[in-house]
Amino acid sequence: MSGMNTIPKQIEAALVTHRRGFLKSAGMLAVSFGAIGAAGVSAADAQPGPGPYTNPDFHQVDSWIVIHADNTATFSVGKTDLGQGTGTSFRQLMSDELDIAFEKTTCIMGRTDTTVDQVGSGGSTALERDAWPMRRVAAEARRVLLEMASKKFGVPVDQLAVSDGVVTVRGDSSKRVTYGELIGGKQFNVTLTGSNINAVTGQARTKTLPEFKYTGKSVQRDDIPGKVDGTTQWAVDVKLPGMVHARNVKPPFVGAKLTSIDEASVKNLPGFIKVLSKGNYVAVACEREEQAIAAARQLKTTWAKPATAPFPASEDLFKYMRTATPASTMRATVTGNPDAAFSGAAKVIEAEYEVPFQGHTSFAGAHAMADPSNGLMTVYSNDMKAYGLRRSVATFLGMPADRVRVIWMQGPQGFGRTAAEDAGCEAAWIAKELGRPVRVQWMRDEETAWDTKSPAFLVKMRGALDAAGNLVGYDYNARSCDHNHLGYNEPDTVLIAQLMGTRRATPAAGSSGSPSDEYAIPNRKESGDVVGLPALWETPLRTGNLRDPNGPQATFASESFIDEAAAAVKADPLEFRMRLLKADTKDGAEFRRARSIAVLKAVGEAYGWDARPSPKPVAKGEILTGRGIGYSFRGQTIAAQIIEVEVNRRTGHVWAKRIVCAQDTGLAVNPDNLRYTVECGLLHGLSRALYEEVRFDTEKVTSKDWISHPTLRHADVPEKLEVVLVNGDPNPGRPDLAPYGAGEASLKPTMAALANAIYDATGVRIRRIPLRADRVLAALKAAGVSL
Amino acid sequence: MSKFDLKVNGKSHTVDVEPLTPLLYVLRNDLDLHGPKFGCGLGQCGACTVIINGVAVRSCITPVSSLASGGVKSEITTLEGLSQNGNLHPLQQAWIDEQVPQCGFCQNGQIMTAKAMLDKTPHPTDAQIRQTMNGVLCRCMSYNRVQMAIKRAAKVTA
Repeated sequence: MSGMNTIPKQIEAALVTHRRGFLKSAGMLAVSFGAIGAAGVSAADAQPGPGPYTNPDFHQVDSWIVIHADNTATFSVGKTDLGQGTGTSFRQLMSDELDIAFEKTTCIMGRTDTTVDQVGSGGSTALERDAWPMRRVAAEARRVLLEMASKKFGVPVDQLAVSDGVVTVRGDSSKRVTYGELIGGKQFNVTLTGSNINAVTGQARTKTLPEFKYTGKSVQRDDIPGKVDGTTQWAVDVKLPGMVHARNVKPPFVGAKLTSIDEASVKNLPGFIKVLSKGNYVAVACEREEQAIAAARQLKTTWAKPATAPFPASEDLFKYMRTATPASTMRATVTGNPDAAFSGAAKVIEAEYEVPFQGHTSFAGAHAMADPSNGLMTVYSNDMKAYGLRRSVATFLGMPADRVRVIWMQGPQGFGRTAAEDAGCEAAWIAKELGRPVRVQWMRDEETAWDTKSPAFLVKMRGALDAAGNLVGYDYNARSCDHNHLGYNEPDTVLIAQLMGTRRATPAAGSSGSPSDEYAIPNRKESGDVVGLPALWETPLRTGNLRDPNGPQATFASESFIDEAAAAVKADPLEFRMRLLKADTKDGAEFRRARSIAVLKAVGEAYGWDARPSPKPVAKGEILTGRGIGYSFRGQTIAAQIIEVEVNRRTGHVWAKRIVCAQDTGLAVNPDNLRYTVECGLLHGLSRALYEEVRFDTEKVTSKDWISHPTLRHADVPEKLEVVLVNGDPNPGRPDLAPYGAGEASLKPTMAALANAIYDATGVRIRRIPLRADRVLAALKAAGVSL
Repeated sequence: MSKFDLKVNGKSHTVDVEPLTPLLYVLRNDLDLHGPKFGCGLGQCGACTVIINGVAVRSCITPVSSLASGGVKSEITTLEGLSQNGNLHPLQQAWIDEQVPQCGFCQNGQIMTAKAMLDKTPHPTDAQIRQTMNGVLCRCMSYNRVQMAIKRAAKVTA
C-alpha cells in the first residue's frame, strides 16, 4: 500500500507537549511545526528510521534528555498523561533538577520507539515512583554540563553558578556559557547505573525542597490550550493515506457461537470493502466512517445460543454470589483474638453491604489506528500502558516486537479501561488482513455493554463493642465476583483473542479487597472469597482494574460499618474514628496513622464539624439534611471527606450539597492541579455512589448508554466543594518530603461518606450501591420516613 | 452520494456524501475539523456539539442533508471557529484561566454549549448554567470548573 509507515508531520509535532508554548515564546507563531522540527537539532524528537524499533536504552542520558543549540531541552519519558497533568509535573521536576527554565522545555511521553519503557500509567505512581528516575537523570545531566563548563573556563565546579540553563563563573560575569553552547546538538554519551528503570541513576544528588524553583508552584498545565482551541491531535484524529474504517459486530447474546455470515447483506453498500471474521469475532471495513457504521449494523449474522445461561440477571446477582462456590479464598489476616473478643462483647453488630458491577464507561469507546506499511505495525492509541500494547500486538499478530511500535496520544479518560485495551489489537489484526491503515472505533452501546467491569462485592461485617463503647473486635469478610480478572494488555485475554477462541489455561484468580484504615482495633480479622459467573470467557461481565480497584467497594462496607458502630454506642462518628486511631500504637503503621489523625482533624475543622451522634432527629418538611464522613488511605496517601446531603423525602433524590475533602499527598508538586485531581476523583466516587450500576438479563448486558448506565451531571455538582491539602508528616518541614499518589485516593471513601450522610439525615441505613432515588425512596418508605 | 454546500466557520465547502451522513463525520473526516468529537452517536453526551445558526446542536445525529434545505445555507461554527484573528474567545481564555480540562475529550461540547448559552443569555444564573449544561457529560467530572469558567467568561464579556 501507499503508506511508508511514517508519522504524519502534524501528528509528529503534536506528540511534543508545550511545543506551541515554545513557538509563542520564540515569537514564531506563524511558522509551521514541521519547519521548527527541522530547525531544532534533536535526537529524541527526530523522526526515527523505518524500523526495526529497538527499545531506547534507559541507561543512556541521551534517551531521556536532549539539549538543543538554542538552549532549550526536550524530555522523553515513558509515561502517559491521562488528564491529570502529570506531564506538566514531570517538566517541573526535571526543569528543577536540570536547572533550566521551565518555559524552555518540552516533553514527549509514551511512544515506544523513542521513549524509555516506564510501562505507561497506572496505580497513581506517576510522581510517587516514576518521576524519580527522571529527576536523577536530569540531575546527572546538570552535573555533566557543569563539568564541561568547568573544563571550558578552567575553574572548579564549586566556583560555577547555574540558573535557567546559563552557567557563570562566580565573580566574573564575562565568563558565561549556556547549556546549548556546551552541548547543543551533541550527545551526552553518559551511561547511568541501576539494575532496572526505577533504580536508574547517575552520580549527582537530587535537589531538596528549598532548592526547587518550579516544583511546588501551580504552573498551568501545558496540554490545556490545545484542548481548548481544538489544535490537540488526539488518537481519534490520526489520518493516514489509504486508511479505511472498521466497526465490530458483537455477539447478540453472551456465549453465542457464530453460525453464518450473509456477506450479501452488505456487499452492495457504498464503500464496502470486506467482512473480517475469525471464530466469533466479526468486523466490517468500509472506505468511510459512516459507511462502516451502517454496514456493521446491517450485516446479517446468525448465532447459536449456549446451552446454559452465562450469568444470572442483575437483580439476582447478590443471591447468586451468596450461594456460589468460591473459585478461590483469600488467606485471612488476623490480629489478636477476634473469636474471644466477639464471645466476650457487650454488644455485637452485624451488617452486609452490596456494590454491583460498575463499568469503566469511558466517555468515548475504545479506538485505535493501525498502519501495516512496510511489514511493520504502527499503532496510534490512547492505551495508558503503551509499551504493554506494543508487546500485546506483537504477540497477538506473531510479529517480532521490534517490528511494532505504539504511539501514545491523548484520549478520553478510561480509569483503567485502556490498560485492558481492545481496539489496538483489533485495528492491527484488520490492518494486517487488509494491508491498509485501519481505524477501529467502538460505538457507545458496544463500549458501555462490553467494556471491562469493576467486580461486584458482597461484604459481611461484624463488630464487637465492649461495655465502654469501644470497638474491640472486627471482622471483614468480602465476596467479590472477580474470577478471571483481566490483566494489562494480555494477548490471550484481550476480547478479540477470546472471541477468536484463544484463552489461557488458567483464569486469573481475582481478589476481594480489604479495608484501608489505620484503626488500632485489638482483635481484627479480614478474609474474602472470589466467586465467578458461569461464563468466564467472551463475556461483557469481564472484570478489570477500575480506578482504585476494589477500594470503593471495600471502603463502602468498612467506613459505613464504622459509622454503624459509632451509632450503636451513640458516639460522634468523627470522634469515634479519632479514638480508634490511637497515636501511641506501635505496629509499624505509625507514619500513616499520624497523618490519618492530621487529615481527619483538618477535614473536621474545614467543615466546622460539631460533635454529636448520628442520626439527627428526623426533621419536618420535604428536604432532610445531614452530614457523613469517610476516611481511607491508598498507598501513602490519606483522604477524608465530609459530605453534606439534602434528601428529598418525596422523591428519594439525594444531592451532595457540600463536600469537604482533606488529603495528605505529601509534597504537592503542582498544588492547583493536585487539588483538581482530588476534586475530580471524589466526584467520580460520587457518580459511582449515586448512579452507576451494570444491568443485565440472563443473556446480555442491558445498560448500554448514558440513560441506562447514568453518570453524574452538571446539576449534581455540590454548591460548595473544598479541597484542603494537608501536610501531616510528623516532621512537616523536612526538606526531602516526597510526593505520594494522587490519581485514585480521593474516590475511595466517597460511597461510604454519602451513605453515612443519608443515615444522618434520615435515620435510614442503606447498604446497597448505587444510592439512586428509587432505592432511597423505597428505603425511606420502608422506614416510614418518606412523605 | 449527493453534493452539499456547507458554510463552516465562515468558509464555504462542497462535500459529496450520502444525504443521511451525520454532520459529525463530514466535519471530522472531510473538512478535518477535529474539535467536535464522537462520544455516543446518540445525542446523549454532547461531545459532538457545534453551533448552527446560533443554536448548540449535536452533530452526531444531524444529517448533513438537513442543513441545506431551501437553498439557505446554515452557518455552522465549530470549536476551531471561536477564536478571532488569533485571539482566543473569552470562553476559551476562561477555560485556560480556570484550568478546566482533565482529559479534555468532552470540552468541545462544554465550550460550544456554553457559547450558545452566553450568546443568548449573557448573565446566566447558577440555575440556568446547571440546567443548560446538564446534558453535556464529562466522565473526568470537570463540572465544577466548567461552571466557574462560564461565570468568569460571562463577567469578561459583560
